Amino acid sequence: MPEISYRQALKNAMIEELNRDENVVIIGEEVAEYNGAYKVTEGLLKQFGPKRIVDAPISEAGFIGMGIGASMLGIRPVMELMFWSFAYVAWDQIINNAASVRYMSGGKINVPIVIRGPANGGTGVGATHSHTPENFIANTPGLKVVCPSNPYDAKGLMKSAIRDNDPVYVMESTIMYNDVGEVPDEDYTVPLGKAKVTREGTDLSLIAHGPSVLVCLEAAEILKTEHDIDAEVVDLRSIRPLDEETIVNSVKKTSRAVLVEENKPFCGVDAQIAYLIQNQAFDYLDAPVQRISAIDAPAIYSPPLEKIQLPKANVVVKKVLEIC
Amino acid sequence: MTKTTAPKKSARPKPTKANLAKEAKTPANAKLTAEELIGFYREMVRIRRFEERSLRAYQQGKIAGFLHLYIGQESIAVGCVSLMEENDHVITAYRDHGHALAVGMSMDECMAELFGKATGCSKGKGGSMHYFDPSKNYWGGHGIVAGQTPLGAGLAYGLKYQEKKGCALCFLGDGAVNQGAFHESLNIASLWDLPVVYIIENNGYSMGTSQERSSVHPEAGIAVRADGYNMNWAKINGESLFDIREGVKKAMDLARDESKPSLLEIHTYRYQGHSIADANHKKYRSKEEIDDYRKNHDPIILYRDYLLESKLLDDDGIKEIDLAAKEEAEKSAAFAEQSEFPIEEDILKDVYWEEDNPDQKQSEGRIFFND
Repeated sequence: MPEISYRQALKNAMIEELNRDENVVIIGEEVAEYNGAYKVTEGLLKQFGPKRIVDAPISEAGFIGMGIGASMLGIRPVMELMFWSFAYVAWDQIINNAASVRYMSGGKINVPIVIRGPANGGTGVGATHSHTPENFIANTPGLKVVCPSNPYDAKGLMKSAIRDNDPVYVMESTIMYNDVGEVPDEDYTVPLGKAKVTREGTDLSLIAHGPSVLVCLEAAEILKTEHDIDAEVVDLRSIRPLDEETIVNSVKKTSRAVLVEENKPFCGVDAQIAYLIQNQAFDYLDAPVQRISAIDAPAIYSPPLEKIQLPKANVVVKKVLEIC
Repeated sequence: MTKTTAPKKSARPKPTKANLAKEAKTPANAKLTAEELIGFYREMVRIRRFEERSLRAYQQGKIAGFLHLYIGQESIAVGCVSLMEENDHVITAYRDHGHALAVGMSMDECMAELFGKATGCSKGKGGSMHYFDPSKNYWGGHGIVAGQTPLGAGLAYGLKYQEKKGCALCFLGDGAVNQGAFHESLNIASLWDLPVVYIIENNGYSMGTSQERSSVHPEAGIAVRADGYNMNWAKINGESLFDIREGVKKAMDLARDESKPSLLEIHTYRYQGHSIADANHKKYRSKEEIDDYRKNHDPIILYRDYLLESKLLDDDGIKEIDLAAKEEAEKSAAFAEQSEFPIEEDILKDVYWEEDNPDQKQSEGRIFFND
């Protein structure tokens, strides 16, 4: 199987769907002539032309709202946000309009839109550019949100998102764009709402999404080699819909859970996961569920401190040792 | 000296007095048949009687939340919608009942929606501000000021992408012109030559704040802002249904034939408050002003007088239309009253397409989190 980057996997998904469905159109800032701020859409303008690959002015509320309006007529826009942090100037469109139109019309109108872009910290861009709003999105009925952590999932989830008739928001990561992994050339999808046990283990469950999955895999390796603790790693992949079964089954097997995410702690995604575990696996638990989130302050700029603010493998290991 | 507040109060600039007999001869109107001309009157009266009946229902406690009435502005929805063809679309803000009736939605489904009943146009899930009927090219009904303006650009973008010759009519109030989303939409519409016609229904007050207190250069109007976006614009006298048709048709032709957007400002007036919950609507404007509009600038009365003078209708014909509209409105209230509320299970329907179409579902996992 060929090895390609997370970035290339996303692009391949878009190329395949652009070829598959003439209603798919890519719109965003710098996606066409500039070839993408993070080169995810590199070469697409040349391949598909300016009707399908469209440079938008810096007007997130305007162009994302425009995409929502076009999707009501059956267009399938894939909108790039240069950063998910920029979503907040378009919040009324992203939250109010995209999520509510179907409901408020009594099911008469669909909004088959994809909004994608990076949502991560750790790149020295400070508080305004480091947001991870998957918890806000997941808090909004009518929306779906996924956070691929590797190239295979990036392609498979992106294709599912584009084919979905509901709004699907894809949270990527600038840190993972160069990560390489095995990705089939052929057409495949990863269904929304299907988690993956990335590493089998018996002593505890590390549950994470997005870049935090990589942190957990690193921690699991340290736990095995240095402490003889066999950690299972569960990659949520999709936040809403959520694969509760895989989470609960893992915890029932291991009886311990540490939840790791880049979100801030209050009302983060893992608050919901922690509730789920106590609700459905209470009798199986041998220790309280633990959480590691970003340290609860705006994203700090100073590079060494930013590293400390975000979840790290050594912190996960320390937390695990408290309950194992 | 530093200017810190806008001027407090001033009289609203008066519209030019309409001359319907003259305006009826303009190109967009000259070829109208008697049946069409009478039809416009019927549609305007239907809207007014519907709104009056809904006001009573609101006062009787049958309707929750806000009720933004269209009384006084009927000529705009009827005039604009009368120009629509197969690939033309409508989207508006929360003062949306008039446009809904004008595109052909029934009084029954509209009234039932106000009553929160399952027979409402949105199954009781939208309410007064959120009417929809895509089968009639009517895309809402949107509650956030200017939130619909990017969607209007999107409808036009969709038409252009699908190479259909049509346009999107995107209505907004005068309060929406100071929202960022509106300006972003104008720039995009002009930049990409989108076939959208933005129609400001300028009734003079963004809720309780006059135009003078909310927008710079009120004396020039607000459509002139389109100059900043290199976009066609015009001011139209809303008391004349014929002026509306003439002005809007030009903009729609520009959109359909040349894929160019326009910004139109139609001078109009609402007799009721911003919503029925607006208790101050006789404080931020004078009783004299309201009376003057009712007496001298009412688009339905002016149009009625034109029909009478042109001998298209006589007094009996006028009464007949009025009575029929009242009866239809009354029946719609009875229909709404007798209809059932949605049931609890309905709360979770129409949220996701996939959940409502389980046989075609691709996703897995849990989507609702109620226990």
